[in-house]
Amino acid sequence: MEAFGLLLHGFAVLLTWKTLLLMMVGLVLGIFVGVLPGLGGPNGVAILLPLTFTMDPTSAIVMLSCIYWGALFGGAITSILFNIPGEAWSVATTFDGYPMAQQGRAAEALTAAFTSSFIGSLVAVLLITFLAPMISSFALKFGPPEFFAVYLLTFCSFVGLGREAKHKTVISMSLGLLLAGVGMDTVSGQLRMTFGSAELLRGINFLVAVIGLFGISEILLTMEERLALRGHAAGISLRVVLSVWKDLPKYWMTLLRSSFIGCWLGITPGGAIAASFMGYNLAKRFSKDPESFGKGRIEGVFAPETAAHASGTSALLPMLALGIPGSGTAAILLGGLMVWGLNPGPLLFVEHKDFVWGLIASMYLGNVVGLVLVLTTVPIFASILRVPFAAVAPMIVVSCAIGAYAIQNAMFDIWLMLGFGVVGYVFKKISIPLAPFTLALVLGNRAEDAFRLSMIGSGGDMTVFWSNGLVGTITTLAIVLLFWPLIDRAFAGLTRLVRPARA
Amino acid sequence: MSNPELDIVVDDPTAPEAGSPAVVGSGAVDVIISLLLLALAVILGWDNWRTGASWDSTGPQPGYFPFYLSVILGAASLYGIGAALISRREAAETFVTRAQLRRVMAVFVPTFLFCLATQYLGLYVASFLLIAGFMRLVGKIALWKSLLTAFVFTAAMFVTFDIAFDVIMPKGPLEAAFGY
Repeated sequence: MEAFGLLLHGFAVLLTWKTLLLMMVGLVLGIFVGVLPGLGGPNGVAILLPLTFTMDPTSAIVMLSCIYWGALFGGAITSILFNIPGEAWSVATTFDGYPMAQQGRAAEALTAAFTSSFIGSLVAVLLITFLAPMISSFALKFGPPEFFAVYLLTFCSFVGLGREAKHKTVISMSLGLLLAGVGMDTVSGQLRMTFGSAELLRGINFLVAVIGLFGISEILLTMEERLALRGHAAGISLRVVLSVWKDLPKYWMTLLRSSFIGCWLGITPGGAIAASFMGYNLAKRFSKDPESFGKGRIEGVFAPETAAHASGTSALLPMLALGIPGSGTAAILLGGLMVWGLNPGPLLFVEHKDFVWGLIASMYLGNVVGLVLVLTTVPIFASILRVPFAAVAPMIVVSCAIGAYAIQNAMFDIWLMLGFGVVGYVFKKISIPLAPFTLALVLGNRAEDAFRLSMIGSGGDMTVFWSNGLVGTITTLAIVLLFWPLIDRAFAGLTRLVRPARA
Repeated sequence: MSNPELDIVVDDPTAPEAGSPAVVGSGAVDVIISLLLLALAVILGWDNWRTGASWDSTGPQPGYFPFYLSVILGAASLYGIGAALISRREAAETFVTRAQLRRVMAVFVPTFLFCLATQYLGLYVASFLLIAGFMRLVGKIALWKSLLTAFVFTAAMFVTFDIAFDVIMPKGPLEAAFGY
């Protein structure tokens, strides 16, 4: 019940006119970037981050998380009306959402999408409210070896469970870890990999890299593809909203199942995309009428949206409690926290109670305000797509440059951003995943420090990572996950050997 | 194909034609990038070796962690080269067609010039030039619309960042003339 009291305190922190206004501004900006083709959650948060640099941390994170909610809501608009998924995890929403729009049921589909996003996020926020304090107080007992083991687990699960070619994930991750090490070594104070350049002394800033990798490269990619939009305009009337909500209880099983899948996959890194597809497929499998999926079934909108948003939200749980982001966007939010001098991890819950509970309360409030806002303003946002890309593209480039410069007031960072833009473009085209890179860049220094501190503590003895039950379990699990594809194949081979013998 | 049910239609007159010849295949780019990454791994590995990549009395030296990462990066790139050379399927895929490349360059070159202009003229002048120029030359939008949009956007950015939020952007001779 302590959590409940603290949460109420969080609401008290938030309920000022200034914060509510910031919330609305954040949501509108978020929906805006979510609707624009080629920009989504991580890009939007990265580009708009500099706006928040001069605010106090609580207002800043409230605004950022609202940008994130807004972008999530905005992604659903383009998926349903234009058949263009704003993010990879909106792909499953287009399967049934767009057919519904074609049948003239766009308003229904949009209401369903927004409502299920709301439900999915709400379940995940509830989970965060009650689980995060427990995990963080448990994690307070962690020493460097435990932390290194958890980082290792994060990295290994990306390699083992990712869908991309393994060596490409490894390339992306080791490159990120290496670039994180450029500049002054935090333990010894020695310079590394700077090659005598004064500009590299500062190191490669995570946010500069992210703005280039996601913002600039996305503009290049969007321009390369054929950009022609054909879609439906839609307004949502109160009558439609109420009729969809009246039917909601019928789909409680789908909603519950998808929320559960989403929360589970969201906590493990990189799960949102998998969650949306899994939610969709399970809804289809358990349906009495699987044939009608893909032809405009409202359940086909409920299932993936709930799962995607539950997982997008629960990705913030490991970030808050352990300092390990569960998704690309969570990684960027984590980068933001560090800009304000807040060190995410278990200590955050002890040292910055106001901040943490303000953030969690803002998730509740931002979701409610976002739902109302998005239901009332869909027609306006859908018409943003009429603005020609030739006008939007240069504005995004300028916003990216402002963002990159503002972080350290360095012109060099604008060039770095451009460089990362090209790298991001090429990597995306030859399918080297960017999420592991982002994660490695933001966690690199902490992972290395944890490793070196455990080595110093143990006198260079690697067995420190198996020195007690907890750290041993995590390390072993990490190694199992790293070789998971091999183990999986071995198991499949074994069962194939065993089965004919039984028959 | 006309569809009366569609309410919002935005056509892109500059979209690449379907039958544009490929400039380079995905397989070739894969190999080139892997080679570059391998070179990077060697350079960084060498630098870290120089810094000290072994153990001393206090534990691992500063170069230890990054040195082994360079080894991992190098090994993964080598594997990548091998995999790309063996797989014929990827080699046949198109990395970028000539028409696509032209469009990418239509964004990249202005962005590059914008960065260059920011260095010498300041961000706001560069931003005005980029938006107006891009809308007019690439988007073929009417000159007055382009100039007006560029001016309004740049002014809004200036008010938001330099005045309201005190985030100071690089400035050039024009701002200096106005006393900023």
